[in-house]
Amino acid sequence: MLLIRCPWCGDRDEVEFRYGGQADVAYPTDPHELDDTEWGNFLFVRANPMGALTERWVHTAGCRRWFSVVRDTATNEMTPDIPQRRESR
Amino acid sequence: MVVDGHTSPAPDRLWRNPEPKSNYDVVIVGAGGHGLATAYYLARNHGVTDIAVLERGWLAGGNMARNTTIIRSNYLLDASAALYDHALRLWEELPEELDHEFQFSQCGVLNLAHTEQEARDARRRAFANELNGVDAEWLTPDEIAEVCPILDTSPRLRYPVLGATYQRRAGVAKHDLVAWALARKCDEMGVDFIQNCEVTGFVTAGDRVTGVHTNRGTIGAGRVGLAAAGRTSVLTDTLGISLPLQSHPLQAMASEILEPVHPCVVMSNHVHVYTSQAHKGELVLGAGIDTHNGYAQRGSVHVIENQLAAAVELFPIFGRAHLLRTWAGTVDVTPDASPIIGPTPYENLFVNCGWGTGGFKATPGAGWVFAHTIATGAPHPLNEPYGMERFTSGALIDEHGAAAVAH
Repeated sequence: MLLIRCPWCGDRDEVEFRYGGQADVAYPTDPHELDDTEWGNFLFVRANPMGALTERWVHTAGCRRWFSVVRDTATNEMTPDIPQRRESR
Repeated sequence: MVVDGHTSPAPDRLWRNPEPKSNYDVVIVGAGGHGLATAYYLARNHGVTDIAVLERGWLAGGNMARNTTIIRSNYLLDASAALYDHALRLWEELPEELDHEFQFSQCGVLNLAHTEQEARDARRRAFANELNGVDAEWLTPDEIAEVCPILDTSPRLRYPVLGATYQRRAGVAKHDLVAWALARKCDEMGVDFIQNCEVTGFVTAGDRVTGVHTNRGTIGAGRVGLAAAGRTSVLTDTLGISLPLQSHPLQAMASEILEPVHPCVVMSNHVHVYTSQAHKGELVLGAGIDTHNGYAQRGSVHVIENQLAAAVELFPIFGRAHLLRTWAGTVDVTPDASPIIGPTPYENLFVNCGWGTGGFKATPGAGWVFAHTIATGAPHPLNEPYGMERFTSGALIDEHGAAAVAH
């Protein structure tokens, strides 16, 4: 069971959250310029490291806000990466 | 079998433990079920025997030692039904062919439906199975009660059992014995199993892989096949190949040893648990992956709680059973819940990965088509739809849910 630090609510149990996968996946700036391979990579390929992964979680049972953390996928050690800007709800 | 009669009274060896040679025609990464089956069919079907199977731990000590032993082929889509039923037909002939008992038991698999929509989807899958030559039946709750009397088919459940698909040819096999049977035959045909040998990278020349770096030195390779399950993308990342894989913990568990009470395999997608009873007597249970990525071979307790709650609701007599062990494997999941088996941008490098939660049932079928792909350089008709290019072309094999277990 992961103990996850919500930037707004503090340390909470994993069951209060949902997982959102890799963070910082930007929508293509000019989608019309993408070929099929680039589209496939954008839609389907995400980082899958054994080690540090910056990822998204949403505090579904609490403040319902999204945030990012850096987690080591081999040890589950989490470093809160508190966002500078206001996150979307 | 090789007997080390001079130095040790140890029992007969099922396989040798050789030092790696400097070069092999084929190097397979991963001595799990798929790696073993690939080596077996490379030797048996294609006459390739200068093979090393490299394993970072011990033979069949990864996901092969962690699965829930279920074998079935009741998949919805044509490409899936063809691949998994090919595997099931091979399972049916393997005990005699390998001349090694591995407790393959066609006790049947029930896939329960708990909602009207699920019942419609399940019947559609049964019809699709029949059209594809895969045995399938639709059972009513009364008929289910005859097959599996310990299952609560009464209407009092929160999610009552409305019916089930039933595949009689499906069942279980003892995973460790399967691995040992394959390894023994491979060893007899000259295949080298190199254990405690972790592949850390590749030697390349242009668009070819010429060898693998390992913690036991560099080993040259004519062709390389990856069968490394959850760690596949860690390896392909070093080559700049972008595979659409996410590695997750998948947990399973076993009870104390009980008298035989559970006559078949029962799977439930909606409340999400699947159960069977091992020959020795443990109840074996599994469910879905943990949501987050992870290589720790450890999942979260709430996932176990959820599946045990579902199991006790469906099987009231399990309420007094003690849970003895839980464990997790690392499974590699693709966006369409189907494996990737085929060539890569490197001419002589091939991947067999992305099996997610369902690799064990496919073991001989995966080995058959992967051996063909490595030996000939091109996919077998059965794995032609399973190339990585489908994530560019959009021709996905979307088996979410239809695979009869949620991912």
